Order: sequence, then C-alpha cells, then structure tokens
Amino acid sequence: MKRFFQFVFDFLRASFSGGIFFWGWMLFLSFFIMLWVYGEYVQIANGMIVTGLNDQVSWGFYLANFVFMVGVAAAAVTVVFPAYVYKHKELHKIVVLGEMLAIAAVVMCLLFVTAHMGRPDRLWHIFPVIGIFNWPHAMLTWDVLVLTGYLALNIIGGFYYLYKKYTGKPVNKLFYLSIVYIAIVWALSIHTVTAFLINTMPARPMWFHSMMPIKFITTAFAAGPSLIIIVFLLVRKFTPMKIADEAFHLLSQIVVWCLGIALFLTLSEIVTELYPSTEHSLGLQYLMFGHHGLDALVPFFWTAMALMISSFILLLIPRVRKNLLLLPFICLAVFVGIYIEKGMALMIPGVIPTPIGEFAEYFPTHIEFMIVGGVWAIGFFVLTVLIKGAVGVMLGDVRYKEQASHRVQGEQANAVAT
Amino acid sequence: MSSQINKQNNHNSRAKDVSRRDFLRKAGTYSAASLTGAAMLLSPRPARATKNVTWAEHFQKNYRLMTDEEKEEAIERLVKRYSEEFGKKVNVNDTPAIDGVLFGYALNIQKCIGCRRCVKACVAENNQSRGDKQQIEWIRVMRLEKGKFSEEDRDNSGYPQDFGIQVGGNAYKPAGVVLEGQHYYEADKVPEKDAFYLPMQCMQCEKPPCVKVCPVRTTYRDPDGIVVIDYNWCIGCRMCIGACPYWARRFNWGEPDLPAADMNPDTHYLGNRPRMKGVVEKCTFCIQRTRKGRWTGCVEVCPVGARKLGNLLDPDSDVRKILATKKVFRLRADLNTYPKFFYFMN
Repeated sequence: MKRFFQFVFDFLRASFSGGIFFWGWMLFLSFFIMLWVYGEYVQIANGMIVTGLNDQVSWGFYLANFVFMVGVAAAAVTVVFPAYVYKHKELHKIVVLGEMLAIAAVVMCLLFVTAHMGRPDRLWHIFPVIGIFNWPHAMLTWDVLVLTGYLALNIIGGFYYLYKKYTGKPVNKLFYLSIVYIAIVWALSIHTVTAFLINTMPARPMWFHSMMPIKFITTAFAAGPSLIIIVFLLVRKFTPMKIADEAFHLLSQIVVWCLGIALFLTLSEIVTELYPSTEHSLGLQYLMFGHHGLDALVPFFWTAMALMISSFILLLIPRVRKNLLLLPFICLAVFVGIYIEKGMALMIPGVIPTPIGEFAEYFPTHIEFMIVGGVWAIGFFVLTVLIKGAVGVMLGDVRYKEQASHRVQGEQANAVAT
Repeated sequence: MSSQINKQNNHNSRAKDVSRRDFLRKAGTYSAASLTGAAMLLSPRPARATKNVTWAEHFQKNYRLMTDEEKEEAIERLVKRYSEEFGKKVNVNDTPAIDGVLFGYALNIQKCIGCRRCVKACVAENNQSRGDKQQIEWIRVMRLEKGKFSEEDRDNSGYPQDFGIQVGGNAYKPAGVVLEGQHYYEADKVPEKDAFYLPMQCMQCEKPPCVKVCPVRTTYRDPDGIVVIDYNWCIGCRMCIGACPYWARRFNWGEPDLPAADMNPDTHYLGNRPRMKGVVEKCTFCIQRTRKGRWTGCVEVCPVGARKLGNLLDPDSDVRKILATKKVFRLRADLNTYPKFFYFMN
C-alpha cells in the first residue's frame, strides 16, 4: 500500500514539475477553469435560463461537445488496436498515452453531461441502487454504463501498466491483456451507444437513420487519431520520449481512410435526404442552405465540409501524409472540421425544426461558452498531468526505489519535464 | 410555418430584476409572517418555489416507490412549504387512478375557432410559470392555412422543359400549399376565413416514447392512462423532450414565475403543484380534477364545445360515442405511440 501511495506521489510530482513554459500553460488553462467555475455557478443559481436554449431548441452546445468528446475517447482504440491485435511494435510502446487521452476525454464527457442537466444536484437519482436506473429501457442509462465502464477500464489498464513499470515488476499478461481487449470492444460501444442515444427518436427525423453509429465511429476515428498525432508530436518534441515515425504513418493512414468513409456516408445521407426532399429532410436542408433567411448554421456546415474534403485530398498524397511538419496542421484541420460537423452541425439541426415544424435559431450565450471552454481547459489540464506523469514512468525516470532518497527522484522528474 | 420570432418563449430578452427582488427578500425577513403573505398577494413578484426546500425533500424517494407513510410525509412537507410561500392554504392531493377508468380525449377540429381560451384556462388551472421572463403553456393551437390556388400560382415551367416532360411538378414553386401550420397568430381575430385550428397538447400516449427514454423513471404512465411526472425526481436531462413527437413537454428553464395571488391552491402531487426550476412538465388531463370526476380546465372553458373527455372503457362515454360515430384520426399514427387524444369531424 505504501508503495502505491509512493507511486501516486511520484507520478504527480513528475506531472507538476516543469519550466516556465509548463507553468504558463497550466496558468493559461486555470484561467479558463476559473471561468468554468463562474459559469457553472451562474447556471446552477439561475437555472438553464442563462443559456441560449429554449423550448424549441432544448439540446445544444453542451451535448454537441459531449458527442464529439465521446468520439475522441473512443478513438484511443486506434492506438490500442493495431498495437495489440496487429502487434504493431511502435504503437505498442505508446499505448498508455492513448489510454491517458481516453481518460481525459471521458472526464470531459461527464462534465458536459452534467452541464446539460437541469438538476445536477439530483445526479444521484441515476445511480443504480441509491437511485433508479431505467435500464435496459432508457438509452441514456446504457450510455452511463458504457462511459463509466470505459473510464474504469482505461484507468485500471493504464495505471496498472504504469504501476508495474514503476515498481519494475513484470506485467501479468493475462490480466493486462484481457483488460486491453475488453477496452477495445468497449471503445466501439461508447460511440455506438451515444449514436443510439439520439438516433432512436423518430420525433427527430434528421437523426433517425441507422447510419448514425457507423458515421459516429468513422468521424471519431478520424478526429481522435488526429488529436493523438498532434499530442504525440508534442510529446516527442518536449520530452525525451521516442516515438517512431512509423507510428505516425499508421495513425495518419487511419485518419485518411476513416475520413474518406465519413465523407462517403455524409454524401449518402445528403443524397438520400435531398433527392425526395420530404419534410424529414428539413433539418438537413436548414443546415446546408438555411431556411428563409435563417442560416446561422450554413457557414459552419460548409466550413466543416471544406476542411474535411481538403484534408482528405491532401492526406491521400503519400508525400504529404508522411511529412511530419505538415501533418499536424492537416490533423488540426480534420479535428476542427469534425468538431464542427459532429457538434453544431449534427446536434443543432437535429432539433430544428421542432416536431411541429417551427424553425428557431439557437445561439449559445457567453455562459455556455465559459462552461464549454472551461471543460476543454479541464480536459487539457488532466491530459497534461496524465501524459507528463506517464512519460516519466515510461522513460524510467519515475520509478520505485526501496531506499532511494526522494530528492533524486524529484530531480529526475524535473529533468523529464523540462 | 417558420415563425422566426419565438415570442412565446424568448428568454434571451428577459430583463433582470435582481435589486428589487433583493429588496423584497429583505423586507420579507423583517416583516411579520402574516404581512409577508399580504405583501406576496399585493406584489407581482414571483414566489420562489424552491427557496425553502428542506433536506428531507431533497432526499425523498421516487413517488412510486414511497410507502403510504412516506407519501403522506412528502405531501405534508409540500403543503407546509407551498402554504408558506404562497400565503394561502394549499392542498396537495394524491388521488390515485380510479379502477376501470382509461382517460381519452376527443377534439372536434371542425368546431374549434382557435380562440386560445383553453390555453389561458390551462395556465390558470395548472400553475404554469407566467410573466415576461418565462411563459409555459401546455396547449399549442396550430393555425392551419386552407389551400390557396390561383391562376398565377400555377406554374407550368417545370423542369426539364426541353424534353417536354415535367418531372414531379415544379419542385421550386409548388402551386398552392395546403396545411402549412404555425402557432403564432392573433387570437382576437379568430375565427379567420382562410384558416382552421388544431390544438395540440400531451396526447397521453399508450406507448409513450418519453417514458421509455427517461433514465430515472420519473415519468410514467399511471393505470388510468395518464402520463405523469414526479417533479421531485426529474433530473432535467430533457431526453423526454427530444423523444416527444408532439412537442408537448416543457422545461422550466428558470425559476417559475407564479404570482401568489394567481396560484391555484387545489393541486395534485403528480399534476399542477408548483414546479421548481430545471424540471420538465406537461399536460396531465388536469389530474387534480379528473380523478375527482370533474372536467379538465380546457373542456370546461371551451366556448364551442369542441373538447370532450371521457372514459375509454365506458361504452356510454362521450369519447366512446365519438369514436363509434365520427370520423376520427390521431396525429403521427405512423409512430405507433397510440395517443389517447383523438381529433374528429362531424
């Protein structure tokens, strides 16, 4: 037990030591976290009335971000899957970093859902045993199950590995690998269930199609690895950890093919909806072209499309895809494009028009921006802490020494961080 | 369609009245209890329904799982709190569903003149939030335009012209539009010549999609077919709002504005008792009235007798007679929700 506490202590010590750049970054994030605290306070004190949501558009920015982040969390599997199923050596070394990313993303998901709730003080009502868990009927309870399960799997899997590495003991392969394989399947489930959450409502025809889960997964597996590529490039730049080019090449291939499939599915959806142009396609039409002058979403849609299509074409060219100086910028474009496509462009037109055909535009308020920005900051904060600690352990700088003086360890951790 | 102004629920323009509320709150603490009641009656200030919620109320169980004693305690708490807040004796019923009753509703769209008296009566009866900050109405009256067809609208220039074939009419400018509906119109001008009206409210579906998606089972169908909500158990996730194909559910975005003077003190736990912010509410066929054998507020007020309520299990009830003799339809029958709200024509 003492060893475990020592692990937590050393891990955090490695996480929270760094130079001016590190502390500047953490301070920058803390500023947005303070805004989040304020935004949540205002929203809880006054109710959801402080948001731009209303009777017509009752789901908005929070859920849009939630859906996107579920995808990012699920995308950790793009590192884990090739590493273990295809025995990809380079990815094998960095699997833990993918798991850390998943943890940060799920934390963000949970915060977004809490922000969306009208009565966060009654969150306990949904807990099994002390509350009522309407399982298996309510899709939301499935989502709670798969998300918390995924969080637990990643925490257990990731930290078990790190702890073993830290103590220098061999990993129990049977235990660790079963966690890893369960987590791979589970990752698919979190995004599938999140798609089921919104596509099982015939009252919202724009979402009511069976393509939703596969579209969710392909967009997630384009946006997620894009973020992973960026994070790994940063890790490679700022820490002594070595990540081979080969790992990036595989990830960028995953990005390009998933992006291609996602675009194809979008095309199929557009043709299927717009060719007959029934009333059920009004949401999509509103998104793409606006409706009698109500066109707040139109620029978002076309921006997302432009980003996704141009990145896809660029990534198809092997020379561009393998250029690691250019790649992060294309990845950023993919990430932003899918963030818009999965966020505003999927969530908002799903509820516009209302079931009785009323069009009302939705604009998030500054409180919503504060809360959303704050949750992102919390996500990056958690990610930074986890990645720095994990890299320290992986490099062997943070490791358990029976009689060692902690000062030495601290210095080593410092060296890692800077 | 496409009413771009959502004046009924535009809370972006809600003005804040904080300093005044603070002043009144302070004034309230200094004055004697009886005076507070009087001040509440006089002032248009909304009562704050969640101000004095006790810990016991925070941690009470879901209504359906409560024992009889727990129900009694919960109701006692509410009676005490509401009576203090609204400065009058408030009654909270827990009348259960009556055996052998399945409520059904029939609305004659031929008779409805769109006067919206049902909407007003519903708000007065069911203690919805009112005022300019947040208005909640459980009934929407849709105004449907009768078709307009004229020589000018008729457009023969469909595409593709070059082959002399017109494919599917003119896709860009359909000649004459029928049944374009929306719910914003001047109620004073009804009945209008070129329109008819179709009120919508909770359809009390037999297979309610809202109940299915509720993660905490706070909304459920009672044995008399009414879909009810335990407001104290709702977590405000709004899944039910997403799932309802009739747009019947309303959310308390802010603290409800319910002036003490206008508050209807005859309430039901699952019906018209004052709600708190952050929970969903909807029509319950006036459960506080109908379970005691009275008409709903909307049936009672309708000036043309377009609204009929009855027991679907009783062959002699108005609704059953209508179902047997009139031309009846339900909305969105394709979704298999089996609404118990029927529309009919003579």
